[in-house]
Amino acid sequence: MLDQTQGYTTEDGRKIGGVVMEMKNITLRFGGVVAIKDISFDIRQGEIRAIIGPNGAGKSSMLNVISGFYHPQEGEVWYQGARRPPMKPYQVAQQGIARTFQNIALFEGMTVLDNVMTGRIREMKAGLFAQAIWKGRAEREEVANREVVEKVIDFLEIQHIRKTPVGRLPYGLKKRVELARALAAEPSILLLDEPMAGMNVEEKEDMSRFILDVNDEFGTTIALIEHDMGVVMDLSDRVVVMDYGKKIGDGTPDEVRNNQDVIDAYLGVAHD
Amino acid sequence: MFYREAGDFKTSYEQDSQTFPIKFDRYRYYAVLVAAFAVVPFVINDYWVNAVFLPFLIYSIAAIGLNILVGYCGQVSLGTGGFMAVGAYASYKLMTAFPEVSIFFHIILAGGVTSIVCVLFGLPSLRIKGFYLAVATLAAQFFLVWLFNRVGWFYNYSASGQITAPERSVFGVAITGAANPPWSAYLFCLVFTVAAAIIARNLTRGMAGRKWMAIRDMDIAAEIIGVNPLKAKLTAFAVSGFFVGISGALFFAVYLGAVEVGEAFGINKSFLVLFMVIIGGLGSIFGSFAGAAFLVLLPVLLKNTLVGGLGWPTDLAAHLEFIIVGALIIIFLIAEPHGLAQLWRVAKEKLRLWPFPH
Repeated sequence: MLDQTQGYTTEDGRKIGGVVMEMKNITLRFGGVVAIKDISFDIRQGEIRAIIGPNGAGKSSMLNVISGFYHPQEGEVWYQGARRPPMKPYQVAQQGIARTFQNIALFEGMTVLDNVMTGRIREMKAGLFAQAIWKGRAEREEVANREVVEKVIDFLEIQHIRKTPVGRLPYGLKKRVELARALAAEPSILLLDEPMAGMNVEEKEDMSRFILDVNDEFGTTIALIEHDMGVVMDLSDRVVVMDYGKKIGDGTPDEVRNNQDVIDAYLGVAHD
Repeated sequence: MFYREAGDFKTSYEQDSQTFPIKFDRYRYYAVLVAAFAVVPFVINDYWVNAVFLPFLIYSIAAIGLNILVGYCGQVSLGTGGFMAVGAYASYKLMTAFPEVSIFFHIILAGGVTSIVCVLFGLPSLRIKGFYLAVATLAAQFFLVWLFNRVGWFYNYSASGQITAPERSVFGVAITGAANPPWSAYLFCLVFTVAAAIIARNLTRGMAGRKWMAIRDMDIAAEIIGVNPLKAKLTAFAVSGFFVGISGALFFAVYLGAVEVGEAFGINKSFLVLFMVIIGGLGSIFGSFAGAAFLVLLPVLLKNTLVGGLGWPTDLAAHLEFIIVGALIIIFLIAEPHGLAQLWRVAKEKLRLWPFPH
């Protein structure tokens, strides 16, 4: 069984560390609707953690709880060993949690470079006056962060569209730019909400490769929601399965695949 | 042929993020600056200063200010006239209260005061968006004009209710009042316009601008990557207010000399500056200049051709001017909704290939 401080070793031999984020008995209600019901799970350092479940299971709500859009009525979010007080999304971002959206949330009027640069917001603290004269700290930060951003751009192979306004890009590239923006923040946890939604097989393969590379090269902890079971089972180290706001399974892909509740939820079973 | 970027290589990120990354643009910019500072003041006369150059320079500052708010941060404002009035009255109070201080600092301080007022009226932007915010800023417009009309302290209890700029000079040359040479007022405004453009450009190409544009394009996504929406919107209001205030102060002190608030800074002014921004191009500093030039020059041009050239009666020409300007605005918005700045961009793309398009 898993231990709080000790990690585990994955099948392919990667060392997974201790708990980075832990959700404890989260319950989220919208009026009378219970979106999430008493769910607990943890995310460990360096792992790829998937959240799956049928439509309306509460996966996106869960991600929104993590990133601070929703505030659960009950339960606690623990992050890096401390209980996290309720905070606004931008505060969560400043703590090092970056995310992408199911339907792309890029800044359409800005170039790819500017979009990715916004990801560096945590590191750029020059005052308005320094920025107004473009001297001292403002200029130094601009150049230093540009270097980091260029690395991410290289990594995701979007150099050729650096100066293109995002509004002109095709869907698959937009998804990649959004991932780049999240990566530029050098997050301690990267949340991906359906990174492969609406992609063809080739694009899915590319995206999967990027996700694995990100995890491998930067050691980024990743939590993702995805509907493509093949992808999920291949990529993730551990999987949480949700259905109707409840957790019905948690474990390695193999464990989950053979879990009777999970099979029922996906294939359907006669409800009395 | 006229416009080339081939062979213009950048070897550092500083070079790549400069204002005019293309050599040709950069040299043209220097040429315009040299002409504006070293040539125009010697050839300029009273008519040109008052009919063309002063209004163009002053409205450009206002348009840059409004463009930061509307074009970059996406917060629609109809209160520009009111905020210009704040700048005008602030500079008036400062000029009369501290006559020994240079007018230069009065104008800048007036911008600071306007900035604070603008932030106060920007506070509702956190809760309301789009048209509703426009209406809230409209309230600012009417409230401010009412305030400056009613409260005697603002116009030093003068009998007419007007404010009149006292004579001030910089380096011994009169800037305000009747006796100033035309080039002094021009140069004084030019300094402010150039500084405003450079500051605005620096802010918008850096992180402040990215935060504003992020809020404009998608506020939820902006928040998720760590933009504090309160701070980003209020800095936009503050910077915008600063420029609009300076333009209001210059409009009063240098251009008009005497001002009656309802006439000079009414709702018409708000719309005029907004039109400049929209016609010039939202989210473009160059567009602010282009829009200001368009709306300042067009009436002058029409008047000169209709009255001077064709000999029409003045009142008929004045009415026709309204019709023509209005129609042009509509045609313009239909044909090129992204404004003159976009036309300029398209022209550059074409010129890059000319005369060998393939």
